[in-house]
Amino acid sequence: MDFNLTKEQQMLSDVVQRFVAKEYTFATRRGILESADGWSRKVWSQLAEMGLLSLQVPEEYGGMGSTSVEMLLTMTALGRGLLLEPYLPSAILATALIRELGSGAQKQALLPSLAAGERIAVPAHFERGSRYDLSRIATTAVRKGDGFALSGRKTIVLHAAAADLLLVSARTAGNAEDEAGISLFGVERDATGVSLQSYPTLDGQRGADITLRDVQVPREALIGPEGGAFPAISAVWDLGIAALCAEAVGALEAIFQATADYLMTRKQFGVPIGHFQALQHRVAEMLIHVEQAKSMSYLAAMRCTERDAALRGRAISAAKVLIGQACRRVGQEAVQLHGGMGVTDELIVSHYFKRLTAIELSLGDTEHHLERFTRFT
Amino acid sequence: MDLNFTSAEQALREQVRAFVAASLPENIRTKVLNGMKVSKEDLIRWHRILHKQGWGAPNWPKEFGGTDWGPVEQFIFEEECAAAGAPPLLSFGLRMVGPVIMAFGNAAQKRRFLPRIASAEDWWCQGYSEPGAGSDLASLKTRAVRHGDHYLVNGQKTWITLAQLADWIFCLVRTDPAAKQQSGISFLLIEMKSPGILVRPIATMGGHHEVNEVWFEDVRVPVENLVGEENKGWTYAKFLLGHERTNIAGVGTAKRELRRLKRIASSERKHGKPLIEDPYFAARVAQVEIDLMALEITNLRVLSAESERRAPGTEASLLKIKGTEIQQAISELMMQTLGPEALSLQQGTMPGDGAPEQLEPPYPAPLAATYCNMRKTSIYGGTNEIQKNIISRAILGR
Repeated sequence: MDFNLTKEQQMLSDVVQRFVAKEYTFATRRGILESADGWSRKVWSQLAEMGLLSLQVPEEYGGMGSTSVEMLLTMTALGRGLLLEPYLPSAILATALIRELGSGAQKQALLPSLAAGERIAVPAHFERGSRYDLSRIATTAVRKGDGFALSGRKTIVLHAAAADLLLVSARTAGNAEDEAGISLFGVERDATGVSLQSYPTLDGQRGADITLRDVQVPREALIGPEGGAFPAISAVWDLGIAALCAEAVGALEAIFQATADYLMTRKQFGVPIGHFQALQHRVAEMLIHVEQAKSMSYLAAMRCTERDAALRGRAISAAKVLIGQACRRVGQEAVQLHGGMGVTDELIVSHYFKRLTAIELSLGDTEHHLERFTRFT
Repeated sequence: MDLNFTSAEQALREQVRAFVAASLPENIRTKVLNGMKVSKEDLIRWHRILHKQGWGAPNWPKEFGGTDWGPVEQFIFEEECAAAGAPPLLSFGLRMVGPVIMAFGNAAQKRRFLPRIASAEDWWCQGYSEPGAGSDLASLKTRAVRHGDHYLVNGQKTWITLAQLADWIFCLVRTDPAAKQQSGISFLLIEMKSPGILVRPIATMGGHHEVNEVWFEDVRVPVENLVGEENKGWTYAKFLLGHERTNIAGVGTAKRELRRLKRIASSERKHGKPLIEDPYFAARVAQVEIDLMALEITNLRVLSAESERRAPGTEASLLKIKGTEIQQAISELMMQTLGPEALSLQQGTMPGDGAPEQLEPPYPAPLAATYCNMRKTSIYGGTNEIQKNIISRAILGR
């Protein structure tokens, strides 16, 4: 058992933490939040310069070929900053999907440009009514000429408007919820027949519903085996959940600290409100949630690359359950202990609250993973 | 012991139900039933319809334009209104300043203010909290200094709900800084259009404009706007806090929202089947429903004791805590029905935006925003922590 970091890992963690503290301040973030695009290309370039966009890219394609520990450290540090850029969908999910499923030529064409921050790709997977069922895909891809024609609707595609490339899952065979028959296609966002309806999300990110109307793609747009993309999609989703868990821990630690500071600053009845035992125990309970969450983020990071799907899924779902509960509980308590100030847009606490709420709802909520966990037990 | 309503109470229920069904404007009903924001115009329109029927001040005695209804009758009225999708009448005039004026105001104040509250001509807001005086309200600093026939008011109030729409504000102000905290406070009625008042919106995380800061700079307030005696304001404020228990639990609204939750959970699907059939989700909905069943009986027990004029205890605090916990739990489950789609804040579907007929069911956007907005309920009106202090002090004597 060893919870120590290597010197390089510690350096990476320090670099990202310093970036968030110095460059991605609450004021900077507010400016980005209120901008038309809702994310910053300048920040995206900075992330590329720090090498953070290449963690999932193998060395042979110009990446760092990092372990999941680097992902854990990066996401925890970024979680503190409430990053608005498409890091999780592009630098983790889409990049890992291409790495896992792409041909040599596809990887050569896409991974270096993703790592360099020149292109952005995001997965377009979920559909209205699929809820969190990964295999409930109704979008179809039928052979047409030398390629395929895609039709269907995708929902809550995070950062679709920022993306150059959409990684669209579509059914080439099978019934609505079959794992077999799902294929993955790289579709240019501005391709004919692709239309986006964009909107802000609860946590200030951007999402879109996407309609695909008979979108023609060439044979080379198929990424991975025809009808056989599901195992890789499932594995990458688990990787993404581990990343999300790590991000949650960064936000949890920050909102916890902000609350503890507030309790020792805010005075009522002539003393800091942290002097009241009723609130002291609440803070103690929050800390227990945060520490348990941190432990689970380690477990998730250590197991997310496990090839045995059951072993991996069991740990990932356990982590998402416990961390989802921590997000809900610690977020609510932080707002409550801030009193009226907790619900204002002015303080960062409400922004953490919204992100923590969104994390609980993303990539499977607590109930989904509780149910999934029981299937592995 | 009989948990059924009397035949007279049943008859009132039928009468209210029929009236609301026939009289509530359809666009208001649609907004309320779908959790959308109602405008000031909507509220005033509905209030005036009720006023014409003689129900504009359901919790008031007849001599001031009320109904003379007892607490149980008021409960029935509110439950029927909520069930049918009527917006709740604003409490600041009817439940807060109105009863204070009735109990402590002079004859001129009663004549001047009460009829205009009952008829929705005046819109009131409440000026209690200050940046440094929240849970510790008695430490408030806003000063009112008497100069002949008027007071000069200086200071800042905060968390003032709907101040941007109000004609009047009732304020707790400090008139004697030398006295012990609670003893130097007075209850003052201030017209919002008075020179020197500045209203600044507070942006909240739900994206709603509800609360404001209100600044007073040398605001002249005629002495005739003082309620009761100078430096007795704290007594009146306490009267106000303990006075209104009928609707503090929000049982009627919670029952309506629970029905809405079940409706949405029936149309949303999990594993291809209606979400409401999912045992995990159904169990969570059932838990809230059971809590609400208990709260309804508790509420009726309290109201029944009030009808018999038994001394009130800590019931208001209990009802406030449990009521807000249930409201928050329902808003949380409502958000959860949509799964990942709860994240979307689609243009045109934020509360108050867009015409309801343009929205596709089940109106995804307001649910997450409403969840955020409902966090305030355990903070406002005396935080739930303060309510627990009140209860434990009554039990333990400290």
